[in-house]
Amino acid sequence: MAEERVVGVGAGAAGFGGYDRGGGEPGGLATQDMVLNIGPQHPATHGVLRLRITLDGERIVGCEPIVGYMHRGVEKLFEVRDYRQIIVLANRHDWLSAFSSELGVVMAVERMLGMEVPERAVWARTLLAEMNRALNHLMFLGSYPIELGAITPIFYAFRERETLQQVMEEISGGRMHYMFNRVGGLKEDLPAGWLDRASAAVAAVRRRVPQIEDLIFGNEIFLARTRGVGTISPELISAYGVSGPIARASGVDFDLRRDEPYLAYPELAEEGVLRVTTGEDGDCHSRFGMLLEQVSVSLDLADACIARLRSLPQGPINQRLPKILKAPEGATYCWTENPLGINGYYLVSRGEKTPWRLKLRSASFNNIAVLPEVLRGCVVADMIAILGSMFFVVGDIDK
Amino acid sequence: MDVNNPRAATVDLPTPSVGPPADTGHVGALSKLAPEPARYVLNWGRRYSLWVFNFGLACCAIEFIATSMARHDFIRLGVIPFAPGPRQADLMVVSGTVTDKMAPAVRRLYEQMPDPKYVISFGSCSNSGGPYWDSYCVTKGVDQIIPVDVYVPGCPPRPEALLQGILKVQDKIAAESLGDRYPGSPPEREPLRKRLSAKALLRPLIGPKDHDDVA
Repeated sequence: MAEERVVGVGAGAAGFGGYDRGGGEPGGLATQDMVLNIGPQHPATHGVLRLRITLDGERIVGCEPIVGYMHRGVEKLFEVRDYRQIIVLANRHDWLSAFSSELGVVMAVERMLGMEVPERAVWARTLLAEMNRALNHLMFLGSYPIELGAITPIFYAFRERETLQQVMEEISGGRMHYMFNRVGGLKEDLPAGWLDRASAAVAAVRRRVPQIEDLIFGNEIFLARTRGVGTISPELISAYGVSGPIARASGVDFDLRRDEPYLAYPELAEEGVLRVTTGEDGDCHSRFGMLLEQVSVSLDLADACIARLRSLPQGPINQRLPKILKAPEGATYCWTENPLGINGYYLVSRGEKTPWRLKLRSASFNNIAVLPEVLRGCVVADMIAILGSMFFVVGDIDK
Repeated sequence: MDVNNPRAATVDLPTPSVGPPADTGHVGALSKLAPEPARYVLNWGRRYSLWVFNFGLACCAIEFIATSMARHDFIRLGVIPFAPGPRQADLMVVSGTVTDKMAPAVRRLYEQMPDPKYVISFGSCSNSGGPYWDSYCVTKGVDQIIPVDVYVPGCPPRPEALLQGILKVQDKIAAESLGDRYPGSPPEREPLRKRLSAKALLRPLIGPKDHDDVA
């Protein structure tokens, strides 16, 4: 910063009246805006998001998210990878929802090819996608309390994560990046006895997740930090294209699993296992509660999938693919309900073995775009609470 | 400085460059003077008290967190993940993709760490660019901007791999002499073979020059 600024943060700034916290009332003692950079390497941004915040006293009057510190250029790389290799990059942009992200790519290619996926693969994919959703939400259920000063829940969350990761690893070989989807199905059949172990893991997690809720959800300090903080109205949600648990916490009843069904979700919705939960308040507390509810729905869905997989007859779990896989000329848009929101792939093919263009619509980018609107008028301490409750992954913002 | 601001004349982040470390003659004086058994004790103390600064960038950061949690628990190896920032850290773990936009910040935070300092490059991306080896905006390895002590391969590596990497760093610390690691500025290097004056011990650990990059 070249010029010096008179700043109004600190002991002298508070108590000018007008605002209950922070200072800077017009007509009072003159303060000048201060520009504060949060990040790019800051614990509260869990990743490398940078926020350029303009402060009047302790009040935030403007916020500009500066993205791109994690921009890895995957959309360009998609164009030089064939349809098998794309999966490697697709599950890495949102590293907490790897399975769901790779699912979008293979479903787009299958749609272009007009390929039928074996029924066992459909149910196994649904099962793994839901376990991945639970894994993703458990991460945020642990990390969000840390940002508010409660360290304990993350140890519980990671115990559950390890339990689920163990069965995911057994089947796919990866703890985070599963690489288990293939065009036309899954890489391999489920190992013998795996369904029992998966079922045991789901049961163990279901039994222990309420401990996290008991630890933090009704805590007085937690309530004070989150209730009524960072409220997002449904209009704002629609204006910025916010999706996923954040949108549903504001009462926007939209879930692609139900509204544009894919995989085995139509049947699960019919049976009533797939419940789309919505909140009312749209504040940080309601967003956190949404994750808790979604974990329990995901575990129910996983159980239903396991039960169905047990009853299905043995059969193939993938399609035999040609040596060189080429999608026919054309375009398709495939969107899925990722743990963090809508994840879409716009695939344009010119009949070659690589896509001509593969546009990626990621959930976190839109979810973060609403930040300036939400943060305006908040105090700095609330910024941490709001930022944490936006449940974003930086790789998903910057692609 | 905001790089998006057209009025801004210069970007205040330094351009990354690889080279020998700056004059660090004030580190390792005790190690140079001390006899072998004392040096062993000093290294033993240092290797089991590594305050770590997690440069969490991407997927690997999640595995880093998993390593710090109850199942893998690297605190039992004396790795303490509570450094409030680089200025209090001994070990930096670069976990994730370093992009060209992020590289100056990595370099800058590395330079803020006090000597002696160690770097673990965790994961394929920070080793060599990994799956983004042909990307237009990814730095092909963090060793292009800062010196790396241990490379942990994997995408992402398992927590056990990070534990192994930490053991490797500890072995390296145990075997080294700080006087050799930080030989000081080139003119000082020659008379090193002579005995140092005991006055070297009275020099402050952090000279005034370490403070001028406060931003």
